[in-house]
Amino acid sequence: MCIALPMRVTKVEGNPDDFTSNQIATVDADGIEQQVRLDVVDIWPNVGDYLIIHAGFAIHTLEEKEAKLNLQLLRELAEGMPDELIS
Amino acid sequence: MKHLDEFRDASLAKPLVAKLEKAVTKPLRVMEICGSHTMAIFRNGIRSILPEGLQLISGPGCPVCVTSAPHMDAFIAMADMPGIRVAIFGDLFRVPGTKGSLSNASSRGAKVDVVYSPMDALQIAKNNPSEHVVFLGVGFETTTPGIAATILAAKNDNVKNFSVFSTQKTMGPPMKALLSDPDLKIDGLLCPGHVSSIIGAKFWEPLAADYKLACVVAGFETADLLNALILLARQVATEDFKVENTYTRAVSYEGNARAMKMVDEIFEPADMNWRGLGVIPNSGLKIREKYADFDAEVKFDITLPEVDEAKGCMCGQILKGLNIPPECPLFAKRCTPANPIGPCMVSSEGTCAAYHKYGL
Ligand code: SF4
Repeated sequence: MCIALPMRVTKVEGNPDDFTSNQIATVDADGIEQQVRLDVVDIWPNVGDYLIIHAGFAIHTLEEKEAKLNLQLLRELAEGMPDELIS
Repeated sequence: MKHLDEFRDASLAKPLVAKLEKAVTKPLRVMEICGSHTMAIFRNGIRSILPEGLQLISGPGCPVCVTSAPHMDAFIAMADMPGIRVAIFGDLFRVPGTKGSLSNASSRGAKVDVVYSPMDALQIAKNNPSEHVVFLGVGFETTTPGIAATILAAKNDNVKNFSVFSTQKTMGPPMKALLSDPDLKIDGLLCPGHVSSIIGAKFWEPLAADYKLACVVAGFETADLLNALILLARQVATEDFKVENTYTRAVSYEGNARAMKMVDEIFEPADMNWRGLGVIPNSGLKIREKYADFDAEVKFDITLPEVDEAKGCMCGQILKGLNIPPECPLFAKRCTPANPIGPCMVSSEGTCAAYHKYGL
């Protein structure tokens, strides 16, 4: 249920503080546009951000710098970590 | 974002396998709580490269698997009521109660809609004003905010023919119940990715402290999982038990405040019946009285039938990490994905389904 890839935001509608406004983002998934709800997203997204989506609701906005940092940590572990630290 | 593909890069995973080998200096048992982790671990072939001494056991985090037989029977009874249409996530369709499944109910004429989102269920209600649509809510912290938002939308749009039968569950109480079981020896937890996205990495801190447990929040790619296992092994080796978060691109320390606020507006804690674990105090969520118009249990005065779980099925033991599927005498014999006896074989995230699919 949880593994869907993050999808890129192409349009944002609604007001983050008003739950009666339709809070919807249009996302692009491999060229197919899809609408997702923003009612419970943690950070209100901008066009170009990526969203982690669960059952039609965005739950997390992923900023590029966050993904980069996460990747860098993994790379460091894979390449850089001296083995002495492990044992 | 090209970086997202890089998490799948094999050159990243390879050195991690060697690191993992080195990191396991003491035997350790790690529970992967989340059903999506169970599947990701099998799919990425991680079980086949595990160093000796590292044992992975599956936990109670497959939402369909922990749905109790009384709840399944109540769901099916609901679907059979005239004028009712039930909407469900697809995984629930073939889960057996004591007398058949929703799939059987559907073939005898009950209206069962499989939806992708609870919002789709609300739309079905709007499109079919002469029927009452009940969304059968199954899931953990990741699913509940969307259901809460759907109830709020139903209220805002003044929809009268929509309600939710909530069996929503929370992770904390069952984990404490499991960890207090002296028969279950666990050294570390592979903490769920998207549940933690909502409740925050900090949620696991009391468990790490109280039970001296290594806790690492992980994503779903091979590199994410290997990374998490390395950190778990190191924590166990050094007896430095804490929470580490390797899935920072999705999980913050504090969690998702907007989602938690939405859940708190609509739901309150309640005792909940879990398959295999029984009733656990405050491990579920029921709809607050203020929103009782959208509570199917109140609206239709539901009392849960007293029934036993399927005979011979060991799902309960498996959900507790006490047994593995091949130890069930029915596994791959009378119980297969085509002919499932228990929910752990039905759900795409079920441990029995995973063992069967990957031929273990
Ligand atoms: S193999 Fe089937 S009967 Fe046995 S525990 Fe799994 S689901 Fe239950």
